[in-house]
Amino acid sequence: MNIPLNITKTIHDWIFSIMPEGLATFTEWVLIAAAYLALFAVAGLYLVLLERKVAAWFQLRLGPNRVGPWGIFQTMADALKLVSKELTSTEKIDKFLYNLAPYFVIVSALIAIGVFPFSRQFQAFDINIGVFFLFAVSSIGVIGILLGGWASNNKFALIGAMRSGLQTISYELSVGLSILTMVLLTGSLQLSEIIEVQRTGGWLILQGHIPAIIAFMIFMIAGTAETNRAPFDLVEAESELGAGFHTEYSGMKFAYFFLAEFINMFIIASIAVVLFFGGWLSPFGITDEITWFPESIWFLIKVLIIIFLMMWFRWTFPRLRVDQLLTLEWKYLLPINLVNLVLMAIIIWLNWTI
Amino acid sequence: MKNEDLQNIINGFGENLEFTTEESEFLNVIVPKEQLHEVCNQLKTNSNLKFDYLYCLTGMDWGTDLGVIYHLESTELKHLIVVKVKTDDRENPTLDSVCDIWRTAEFHEMEVFDFFGIKFNNHPNLKRLFLTPDWDGFPLRKDYVDEANMIVK
Amino acid sequence: MVEKEIINKMKTEEYFVNMGPQHPAAHGVLRLLLTIDGEIIKNVDPDLGYIHRSIEKMCERDSYQQIVHLTDRMDYLSSHINNEAVCLAVEKGLDIEVSDRVKVIRTIVSELTRLASHQLWWGVIGMDLGALTTYFYAFRDREMINDIFEETCGARLTMNYNVPGGLMFDIHPNFVNRVKEFLAHFKTKLPEYDRLLTGNVIFQKRTKGVGILTKEDAISYGATGPVGRGSGFACDVRKTHPYSAYDRVEFKEALFTEGDSLARYKVRIMEMWESMSIIEQLIDNIPEGDIKTPTKAVIKLPKGEYYQRVEAARGELGVYINSTGTKNPYRVKFRSAGFSNLSVLNHITKGAKIADLVATMASFDFVIPDIDR
Repeated sequence: MNIPLNITKTIHDWIFSIMPEGLATFTEWVLIAAAYLALFAVAGLYLVLLERKVAAWFQLRLGPNRVGPWGIFQTMADALKLVSKELTSTEKIDKFLYNLAPYFVIVSALIAIGVFPFSRQFQAFDINIGVFFLFAVSSIGVIGILLGGWASNNKFALIGAMRSGLQTISYELSVGLSILTMVLLTGSLQLSEIIEVQRTGGWLILQGHIPAIIAFMIFMIAGTAETNRAPFDLVEAESELGAGFHTEYSGMKFAYFFLAEFINMFIIASIAVVLFFGGWLSPFGITDEITWFPESIWFLIKVLIIIFLMMWFRWTFPRLRVDQLLTLEWKYLLPINLVNLVLMAIIIWLNWTI
Repeated sequence: MKNEDLQNIINGFGENLEFTTEESEFLNVIVPKEQLHEVCNQLKTNSNLKFDYLYCLTGMDWGTDLGVIYHLESTELKHLIVVKVKTDDRENPTLDSVCDIWRTAEFHEMEVFDFFGIKFNNHPNLKRLFLTPDWDGFPLRKDYVDEANMIVK
Repeated sequence: MVEKEIINKMKTEEYFVNMGPQHPAAHGVLRLLLTIDGEIIKNVDPDLGYIHRSIEKMCERDSYQQIVHLTDRMDYLSSHINNEAVCLAVEKGLDIEVSDRVKVIRTIVSELTRLASHQLWWGVIGMDLGALTTYFYAFRDREMINDIFEETCGARLTMNYNVPGGLMFDIHPNFVNRVKEFLAHFKTKLPEYDRLLTGNVIFQKRTKGVGILTKEDAISYGATGPVGRGSGFACDVRKTHPYSAYDRVEFKEALFTEGDSLARYKVRIMEMWESMSIIEQLIDNIPEGDIKTPTKAVIKLPKGEYYQRVEAARGELGVYINSTGTKNPYRVKFRSAGFSNLSVLNHITKGAKIADLVATMASFDFVIPDIDR
């Protein structure tokens, strides 16, 4: 938790000067959590806006353009509306689980965002098993979806939740194996170290050449499936299941599910950027000499490019069927991934990396 | 095939079949209801007729009689025919179902049952298709009265 | 083999799902009672009547001119063709021969209606399969046709352009130019449809071999239109029983023998090309002539039965009119394509997945008011 920007240092010193040490540390935790929550909300809302704009662009429309210039306050207004809405539910729900489910989804997304190195210093939690932790935390979200679908006492929601369960369990394998392929190359699970490796040797997608490119492609496919987005949005497949697992949710609880989807997309894109595209490192080191340059800009640009790619998928592809989804994973992606892992090991053993 | 030839072939399928081309562009065959299924079966399977396409099935209330009109076409031999069947029992009209011969009849007969109250023997799933199960009366019958919902000129 | 044994030994429980009457895939108020085992469909039982208005009963109290207006509300996407069917039946009863001009204009407008209907369907099939973008591409082009209709008929959807004996009024002076403009535009856009959806691997996987209907079943179930023709059933009324100006134009009947959802898709795409070709053949030389053969203000059909078949966008539409010689028909029956096509659904979706049911329904292109009437 070392944020050396002067403003953070000033706050740090000020807090420690007016409080005993234990309380001051606690206060700092709370402040950082609040900062991350704000980041989370803003990122979520503007990703929704971005999605709507991108969709409009693909669909020969204008997109939101009434609230604020270019509609930039549209999602804010939507969020306000959702907050003020009544939380309705049906009678025969399992109340406890029904209310718990959205928090599972949103909290797991929130925890995951904490470990990302947005820049050299902008990282809340640089844990030495970073990738592993990220991977573990992001898969908790599916419990929320399963609970939501089950507790809603709605058959469409249940079908959606069951689909989500089998989808996430299957594609977690591919995400994990493709990450593992890259970890072979870096030799570290710590996210900051993974980026440090790329500073000298070039981005990992170049270092690992063919196996890295294969791993990236599999990661993008599986990652899109992880986030339950088209063409893998069977979970909410609106033409089949109405709204899928969140059919019975309204107001802010629905918004949690909705927001979590976008944050998950952000997480997948961030993992891709850290593992394949050098995180916050500038391309060819062009801003390495400029000390005041906020490196997180590079991180964000790369993340947005990956997110745009995922939106591109969503607005052009039809949806897969559930058995085709499983066939793709178990019969194609998984074997390719396993072979790819061995290939990567051989390449590292023979020292063929660039 | 000419209407006369059709008439000659069909005449052998049963007794008391009436033929007419009056007031219609097709050859009309009026079949006694007891022989309906047998005649229809022959119409479909006879190698000179091959009426395999039932393109319209109409329920009908002639005032005294209730009945069904079948418009048939042969997709191979291109000839057309109309089969009519009547029953004078307005309380409990019953006819044989032809949905084992032409599958399309299954839904159309449900429609006829719904609006005319004609029951079909051997129909797999005869239920009210359009109206609610507890609907009173059969709306397309001429003696149906519903003062609340019908505007009569 | 072992897998099958294990599956057979697994105890599963069938459950019941109410798909509709308000459901995004039903395109209206169609209620399907599904019996499902996991994701596999065991039985589909349609329950209709949520938009039933008893048009046939209403026809019995109305005059023949008024009946035409009711038919718009059946299959609202091919409203002009429905109007035409009734008008042709009444003209048959009155023994009126309409002028060539009327015939040609009716044919052109019918084909434009078919194009508009198929465009909407193309947008919707993409949406049902999860590719939302197709909808907007389809509507961009459909808008042009609607504008043409608006200029000539004053209405965009329920046109009422036909009256027994001819047309309500003559075409707008801009009509010919705008139709040509549209054809030139759409000829460049239809290949775009193929590029966006037809060639997509996922789309092919979702539709190929899904909902297979054999030719024998298609005939037996009376499945007509693109559904029948996708199964190789040559049921195009424009070819088998030509009406209006269809006997003087050259066009191919779109026939595919696979019988799956993709075949039905291809039939419609091909029909769009054929419709454009039909319009092209007629648009340059619309003959001069009266736009209406005068009829009496109160039309009384001679005693008898009249049957008229036309090819609507969804299949064969039949109009049966039984007249006793009064100003109202004694009995009117509309044989709608959607109703017969719907009866196939249970037969071909048994054992398929829920997603397959949606894909099949999308390829059938149901319009619920057409089924319910």
